[in-house]
Amino acid sequence: MISQLTKTEREIALLLTILLAISGSILGLMGRGDLLGYHGALLAIAGYALTFVLIKDHFDPEPGPKRIEKYYDDPIKVGIVLAIFWVVIGTFVGDWVAWLLVFPDATFDAGWASFGRLRPVHTSGVIFGFGGNALIATSFHVVQRTTRARLADRVSPWVVIVGFNLFCLMAASGYLMGITASKEYAEPEWYADIFLTIIWVVYFVLYMRTLARREEPHIYVANWYFLAFIIVVAILHILNNLAVPVSFGHAKSYSLFSGVQDAMLQWWYGHNAVAFFLTAGFLGMLYYYLPKRAGRPIFSYRLSIISFWGIVFLYMWAGSHHLHYTALPHWVQTLGMTFSIMLLVPSWASAGNALMTLNGAWGKVRDDATLRFMMVAAVFYGLSTFEGSFMAIRPVNSLSHYTDWTVGHVHAGALGWVAMITFGAIYTLTPWLWNKERMYSNKLIEVHFWLALIGTMIYVFAMWNSGIIQGLMWRAYNENGTLAYSFIESVAAMKPYYVARAIGGFLFFLGAVVCAYNVWKTIQLPAVAAKNPDKPPLPARGSPTALSAAE
Amino acid sequence: MTFDHQTLAAIAKSYGLIYMMIVFVGSVIYACWPSNQSKFDRAAKSILREDDE
Repeated sequence: MISQLTKTEREIALLLTILLAISGSILGLMGRGDLLGYHGALLAIAGYALTFVLIKDHFDPEPGPKRIEKYYDDPIKVGIVLAIFWVVIGTFVGDWVAWLLVFPDATFDAGWASFGRLRPVHTSGVIFGFGGNALIATSFHVVQRTTRARLADRVSPWVVIVGFNLFCLMAASGYLMGITASKEYAEPEWYADIFLTIIWVVYFVLYMRTLARREEPHIYVANWYFLAFIIVVAILHILNNLAVPVSFGHAKSYSLFSGVQDAMLQWWYGHNAVAFFLTAGFLGMLYYYLPKRAGRPIFSYRLSIISFWGIVFLYMWAGSHHLHYTALPHWVQTLGMTFSIMLLVPSWASAGNALMTLNGAWGKVRDDATLRFMMVAAVFYGLSTFEGSFMAIRPVNSLSHYTDWTVGHVHAGALGWVAMITFGAIYTLTPWLWNKERMYSNKLIEVHFWLALIGTMIYVFAMWNSGIIQGLMWRAYNENGTLAYSFIESVAAMKPYYVARAIGGFLFFLGAVVCAYNVWKTIQLPAVAAKNPDKPPLPARGSPTALSAAE
Repeated sequence: MTFDHQTLAAIAKSYGLIYMMIVFVGSVIYACWPSNQSKFDRAAKSILREDDE
């Protein structure tokens, strides 16, 4: 990997890893009396290890002039491998906590094994570890191919990949030790938040600089979605995590806001994390890999533009539907509800656009499990956005809120839409990246597809059942006008559904393992000879060939 | 001036509506503008080049 860096780039990288080692050491020393010390040590060890690697290979021969004629794909490969690592870990821990709900005593009397600590390892592991790495890797791939430009430099992609995964490690290890900011999907504490902010700014600058180097006059719509993802996640992350640490030697911090303002900000963040992390970025994936795999241009490019602006402008206001029947002013709740209903229009426009692109290629969908992953993703996207709009309606929410219906809804989106489109993209991308003819085994993709689909269906149906029963039990009154069921009776009634959910989740986890094995074996296949070894894939900077070739 | 329900609801119903309508109409006009069509067609097809893989 280092052999691809020039001398100057190696020196910049070395400077950065030394800086990481020093700041990690300082953080560790300041937090030596606290859990913070462990995370300081983690950053310091990572910094020293990377410094060592860079020094060891510092005097390797520099890359030849041919390097600028090729796309820079090394960080993408690492990102894909890390995404697969995290999906195996994340779904494993997810299934673990699912069984914990069936057998609540199975915590070995250890703090780290309690539901409250393991659950965020699952959520952060799958959302940030799996989703985040997949988004970063595919965005690096899509931006280079659609603009016909190489990534703007060869150090910042590594800063983004390595830094982001250090953040994920700090998050997961912190939860197990008991570090939490107690904010849904934003549990890491202040120092990790500052670290991620720096990484994210590097990501944004790299993406903009690469777009600025483009040889295509028009920026393909997938990049709009990726850029919306990068920019809005930065805004959300900074505002939601404004907090005051107890001291600079303490992991604990307190939110700058209190009461209902804090709740409002939390769910403005929470719902837009769904919107811009789990939707916009993955739509970027969809708009590139689905047409590519199907071999057909997107059904309506115009519709993709209109739904882009619809999604970006409407989602921003939808978060308050998480706070129906709370201290939040009634009209703010209504605002969130109204925008959530309107969101159905651009959401279905995107889902319909994807499915119409496949119209006429159904034979391919039948034969190709990779394309089928993407088709099912579009269907689940349509289903879960409809369900989401429906659940945001206040009276519906009075039945669904705080029940497993919400959990089922989230997983219809996360397993059915986000994970399926990502697996489709991974199976499309892996043979290209490692220069192989195809994936190691199409049979295993087929096996993975059915494991994932059946697992998701079992999961979602179990949670619909348990959620609606829970909701109905909580609002049932007896003839005396008092509640018919105690809370614990509603918990006991959930047991069969929790077993079913854990089985569905296990199937999904098995699918992820099959994917990991298949990708691993694909990487080991012999590489195919380049189709056109003499022709550089990239046009020279500023040459007219890029324009004329596209015409 | 206090920002009570009435004030904010009035802003949302007037300026908020205008703002959202401008965004909507603007993006529809941009997407449907005749001279943009060849650009969009080319962009939609441009990703299907073989040598990108």
